[in-house]
Amino acid sequence: MSSVIPIQQVDLVGQPIVNYRDVLSGKEIAAIEHECSLYESRPAAAIDALQIVQSERRWISDESLYAIADMLGMSATELEGVATFYNLIYRHPVGEHVIHLCNSISCWLHDYQTITEHLSKTLNIEFGQTTKDGKITLLPNVCLGCCDKAPALMLDGELVENLDIKSIDSLLQGLRGGKNA
Amino acid sequence: MHKPLSQYLDLANPQNLQAYQSTGGYEGFTNALKMQPQEVQQQVSDAKLKGRGGAGFMTGMKWSFVPMGEDAPKNKYLVCNADEMEPGTFKDRWLMEGAPHLLIEGMMIAAYAIGADVAYIFLRGEYRLCATRLQQAIDEAQAAGLLGDNINGSQYSLKLHLHTSAGRYICGEETALINALEGKRANPRAKPPFPQVVGLFGRPTIVNNCETLCNLPGILKNGADWYTQISDGADTGSKIFGISGRVKNAGLWELPMGTSARHILELAGGMQDGLTLRGWLPGGASTDFLLAEHLDTPMEYDAIAKVGSRMGTGVIIALDDQHCPVGMILNLLQFFAQESCGWCTPCRDGLPWAVEILTRIEAGQGSQDDLDVLQQLCGFMWIGKTFCALAPGAVEPLRSGMKYFADDFQQHIDHKGCPHRH
Repeated sequence: MSSVIPIQQVDLVGQPIVNYRDVLSGKEIAAIEHECSLYESRPAAAIDALQIVQSERRWISDESLYAIADMLGMSATELEGVATFYNLIYRHPVGEHVIHLCNSISCWLHDYQTITEHLSKTLNIEFGQTTKDGKITLLPNVCLGCCDKAPALMLDGELVENLDIKSIDSLLQGLRGGKNA
Repeated sequence: MHKPLSQYLDLANPQNLQAYQSTGGYEGFTNALKMQPQEVQQQVSDAKLKGRGGAGFMTGMKWSFVPMGEDAPKNKYLVCNADEMEPGTFKDRWLMEGAPHLLIEGMMIAAYAIGADVAYIFLRGEYRLCATRLQQAIDEAQAAGLLGDNINGSQYSLKLHLHTSAGRYICGEETALINALEGKRANPRAKPPFPQVVGLFGRPTIVNNCETLCNLPGILKNGADWYTQISDGADTGSKIFGISGRVKNAGLWELPMGTSARHILELAGGMQDGLTLRGWLPGGASTDFLLAEHLDTPMEYDAIAKVGSRMGTGVIIALDDQHCPVGMILNLLQFFAQESCGWCTPCRDGLPWAVEILTRIEAGQGSQDDLDVLQQLCGFMWIGKTFCALAPGAVEPLRSGMKYFADDFQQHIDHKGCPHRH
């Protein structure tokens, strides 16, 4: 990944020193400060901060990680441990649209395999990959909590339920045509 | 029957503050404010409310461990566990989307009962619509003076915040949830000390499930006697029951505690045409399989335990005769292996090992020895061997599945393939 801000200084253990004001936008800083005000300690806002920055930049780059750690007064290593722990924080670039396909039991009982194969074949990618045009990333997701409308997926945070081949085709067509962009 | 929860439910257009209040909303909280906190605790104990997250612990007793009175620590916390990630469970989403003010009121009652000054809703990240609706409800309550300083002119003040998590099943474990709320990896904590004494930021903390909290407004509004009469079984009140799988109409219903699984299956219209029920998980992925012969067992904590499972979340997953039990168990174990936090060895290493063996068996490459190792793993990952309940939860469908579907396992090995595929 190319750095947005050149990292010139490192601390005693070799961690780059980043001033969060050089990296984060005013909007991001304000939103993170608000979250900090809701907890007894600043590092408690780590997960909120990661989500705030990700919602602006699609994923958490190294620069973002160092900047958030600086802003919250915690070590970047610890924040990396947090960022990689949670399923919905992306430490790799993702496409314009992210599909989270539910792979848990109720969807498994409702043709999960067919749906997965169709999605994978149509997009020509496996789970964890992004289409060549950078449009769509495909990820698995644990139970989305719509077991009564299985199979289901989450597209850019929105639930899409009662999936079948036809509805997936029209969904993908919409994304590719930019209608839902 | 009384439906203290779903009477407020409107999924398409949930009640705003005014509509909720005009149908009796916030009366329970108003009553609570006129009582001493310990009296509220007593009323909930008298109602015999049990936690709806899966463990079924008495809510009033859980609260009673919180230090109270003048000498108690100044900051105390109430946390709503709305990290609903148990596969096959979708009841809390229903309540939060359909009746956000019911949860807010329940949290206010619980917070008052334990003397908490700050409350958090710990919501799973995928539940976006819940987040929008809950935040609206919080803002409305705040604007109306139901949250904030000196509520309704009393001495009591409460702040309520929404925390959206970023997805990890282990956050449902209460000490792991507390770590997550502190911005850390969601590894569980050692107990003791228990969160009621040393919890969030080291202060007394109660973590209650979303549905548990939604029961409080009804109890405080109508009294413990009224609540205990909703059901005529061993457990009190009503419960959000449901079912998914290959049934005709999967869904959720508020029913008296002790309703039979057969009745729930009937409400769903039975199995889809041409399919027969082979087994069912009473309340999520981490509960033991039961069979059709157990369908008349009342859905109560002790009764379900007596036939060898757990009521868990009370939302049933039905296995039909066209799906392979080994395949189903493999899917369940894959979930647990992925979601293990990795803190303790039996869980971190045992679950992937079980997945590896099950994958082999399902692919027709399993041996008799594999079955023995799976049995051993059930022992290695059982209660007392692991740091928290995640791995024992994974063992439940595995050990019961191996017992009830032993023939299916054997066929995979003898015929070197899955009998359900060909």
